Amino acid sequence: MSKDDPFIIAGTTMASRLFVGSARYPNQQVMLDAMAASNPCMVTMSIRRISLEGYAESLVDLLGDRYPILPNTAGCVTARDAVLTAELAREALNTNWIKLELIGDRELLYPDVEQLVHAADELVRKGFVVLPYCNDDPVSCRKLADVGCSAVMPLGSLIGSGRGVANPGAIELICARSPVPVVLDAGIGTASDAALAIELGCDAVMVDTAIAKSHDPVRMAGAMRAAVEAGRLARLAGRIPKRNMAEPSSPQLGLVGT
Amino acid sequence: MTRLTINGIDEEIAATTVAQLLAARGIDPTVRFLAVAINGAVVRRAIWDETALHPGDTVEIVRPLQGG
Repeated sequence: MSKDDPFIIAGTTMASRLFVGSARYPNQQVMLDAMAASNPCMVTMSIRRISLEGYAESLVDLLGDRYPILPNTAGCVTARDAVLTAELAREALNTNWIKLELIGDRELLYPDVEQLVHAADELVRKGFVVLPYCNDDPVSCRKLADVGCSAVMPLGSLIGSGRGVANPGAIELICARSPVPVVLDAGIGTASDAALAIELGCDAVMVDTAIAKSHDPVRMAGAMRAAVEAGRLARLAGRIPKRNMAEPSSPQLGLVGT
Repeated sequence: MTRLTINGIDEEIAATTVAQLLAARGIDPTVRFLAVAINGAVVRRAIWDETALHPGDTVEIVRPLQGG
């Protein structure tokens, strides 16, 4: 990433503008190859109970030394469980960063904003760098920034849906008004979705399913990397305004004939 | 025997400390990325040897897994 265009969260300069997940890959080697191709700034992992039949080698042994790990609280439905999960993650991974997820509907996996703000507030007070998965509305994002979240992660569309940025206008508003970095989380289906999110003003995107469940995850990982870079270049360059009518590109004088 | 709820399952186990519980489960306490909580509070690795388990305690033993 360009030195004159750094992406910084909580004082840390990130290695790229792409967060990737570690779930749903066809196998471990494809996941590792895809991660290498995507150049992620962080890799997300969940925190789960170990099998009581004994300890088995875990993915984290592979990933923990290669990438900064961003643990999540995926699946938590109460602030209390999310806070404990974050504290366990801090102990297990020796990081105070947490991707805070509080689910209000198990089918939609939509955030529960009330619980989310409550848990974010508590975790910030406990010294965590909190990155909340949140609704794509500027007020929720503002409240989360106000309690001290280090970034906000509004959903583009439902987790795993691949429906892209469902409400570009809202994402654009969030980006324009947010005092903290905006990372588009959830819903990205293909590379153009990632590029659009960045063009709208998002500082970064988070992708899991769109890479892992694509036909060729390693190639899609490369596409996401390129899309994020292209989107950022376009954002910095500044897109032309949209018009309703045509505007000729070629000179109107000196036309042949007539 | 101590009656505990371990990762959501009630059972009796011959362990009186966190370290003994892990050993009884065949979990190497020196492996990285492991975390333990008792009754909703994390028990730091440094005090697993000396942290006592009491009947009725709820124990969580976790590791990072794949996630998005």
